[in-house]
Amino acid sequence: MQATPVLPGDWVIVLPLVLALMTAAVLVMLREAARVGFVLALLAVGAIVASEVALLLRVLESGPVSMTMGNWLPPFGISFTADLFGAGFALAAALVTIIVLVYAEAERSGRDGKDGFHALVLLLLAGVTGSFLTGDLFNLYVWFEVMLIASFGLMVMGGGAARLDGAVKYGFLNFLATSLFLLSLGLLYGLLGTLNMADILRAAPSANPAAMTGVASLLLLAFGMKAAAFPVNAWLPASYHTPPAVISALLAGLLTKVGVYALLRALVAILPGSRDVLEPVLASIAIATLVIAPLGAIAETNLRRAIGFVVIGGIGAVLAGIALPSQSGVAGAGAYIFHAILTMTALYLVAGLVERGTGQMDSRRMGGLYAASAPLSILFLVLVLAAAGVPPFLGFWPKLLLLEAGLGAGGWRGGLLVGALVVNAVLTLIAGSRLWAHIFWRAAPGAFPENPVAVGNGEWRLRYGAAGLLVGAIAAAGLWPNFLFEVAITGAADILNPARYVAAVGLAGGTP
Amino acid sequence: MDFVIAALVGCFVALGVYLLLSRSLIRMLLGLVVLGNGVNLLIFTAGRLTREAAPIVPAGLEHPAGPIANPLPQALILTAIVIGFSMFSFLLVLAYRAYQTLDADNTDNMRVAEPDDAPNPPLSY
Repeated sequence: MQATPVLPGDWVIVLPLVLALMTAAVLVMLREAARVGFVLALLAVGAIVASEVALLLRVLESGPVSMTMGNWLPPFGISFTADLFGAGFALAAALVTIIVLVYAEAERSGRDGKDGFHALVLLLLAGVTGSFLTGDLFNLYVWFEVMLIASFGLMVMGGGAARLDGAVKYGFLNFLATSLFLLSLGLLYGLLGTLNMADILRAAPSANPAAMTGVASLLLLAFGMKAAAFPVNAWLPASYHTPPAVISALLAGLLTKVGVYALLRALVAILPGSRDVLEPVLASIAIATLVIAPLGAIAETNLRRAIGFVVIGGIGAVLAGIALPSQSGVAGAGAYIFHAILTMTALYLVAGLVERGTGQMDSRRMGGLYAASAPLSILFLVLVLAAAGVPPFLGFWPKLLLLEAGLGAGGWRGGLLVGALVVNAVLTLIAGSRLWAHIFWRAAPGAFPENPVAVGNGEWRLRYGAAGLLVGAIAAAGLWPNFLFEVAITGAADILNPARYVAAVGLAGGTP
Repeated sequence: MDFVIAALVGCFVALGVYLLLSRSLIRMLLGLVVLGNGVNLLIFTAGRLTREAAPIVPAGLEHPAGPIANPLPQALILTAIVIGFSMFSFLLVLAYRAYQTLDADNTDNMRVAEPDDAPNPPLSY
């Protein structure tokens, strides 16, 4: 039994989750009042951002923070443990959610809130935040499912043949992935008798290494499916373009990043012994994802499907960091996840503006949008450059760290990964700049109506402002990356040397 | 006893994978359910099978009197069953709606989101 009660300050770890879940419950009750729903959701996410900033500052100051509820000592009680990566990604997710809420309000103006959009967004945020902050693998499974149910709801909301078709593939494959995750959890529990992440670190070295490698490869498959890594990515391009752009943006910004973050945590932090055996596999998956995904983007004519392939390419970059487990490799992977949460969301939001401006989803029939809205073309170009990793923008810095890790690793594997990262940048740049040329630069095709949406009315300005704010944040973070570097490198040190993490959970000293 | 249950888990997983490989949505759904039950049984077996009493503390005592069964796998499975059942219900409704809207239970015919006759990529710049 734990004698000392949890300190009041420690509640900051679960405060974002409590806020998100409670507000979602209230929003379900307030479904009749759409305006109230929007304001309440915005206030709640604002409060979540504030509490996560407080959490991040506290973690920066004094190392990982942990809290175990119910006065049960950790390995038994469920721990919530925040290190720099977890707290930072949770903050990025909440920031992106605010932007998406504002953008969605403009898109949904005139519609009532009866479909529960705001409640589902908050539930999705709760699932994502919980996955980033939990310190227990079974708890991670539960948050995955919270996230999955909320994203199912967002995906099928409103119906329509294409959305149902996409949702079937999304639903079945993601449910299969979580079943495989649960399967590996069962095996891990049988081997070690514990599912607390810090406790697994203690117990793993004495377990049968072959069996642990089997569990680690099952985890790789399950999280790889969630993250849409190359051979198991079919569900992403099949489904992400079917809902409205704002929902695509939310899903693309949050879901695959949670999967790849869980992979990073599981393979690098929790089971480092098995990771050594799996490194050739990880490197091959990373290289294949990095090279093949942007080729898909080049071959695609549907704008948002093309962006889906760019999202998958970004997952390859994070996998490259997991396959190169040096300080700069893990820091690069972490910084890339942060960058991808912001950039992929912004790409879909801007794609939504483009689709609205041209009345078209097919990039072959777009054109001439430059004349209607030159600033929009700049937003799109900035995002293409950021996604490809061209210097002044955010995407460059994580890629620099990854390249440094690849060159530092030396040998065949490091060289191939460096080559794949460069090829990925070039191919992404080709795909993105060609989309840009087709959408903005080329003259409008004959059959194309001149300007289907009045660019410049109030609704347009609100959405424009939301997307512009996010792009501005990406540009600013690229110009002043010092804070990001500091967080990424300290976070990577904590992942690679988890002594502080274990001490925070309270297993080493006995008192939390 | 463990070996019998372990073999049963193997049968469940094999059957689940077999059903998932079919083209019909309903068969795939049944495959997911069988697979999920196999996984639940696996967690149960992983917690060691014993013939001990239920983990309940008698009145007036601080901890159970004799040896007890491991309660943790039961708690884990209870959670997993609830979640798995909610997922199953959702996917069942989704499959029904897809059948109504797309008039297809066969996944080969579900090509609305990814059209069969996809156009060539643009060849110009």
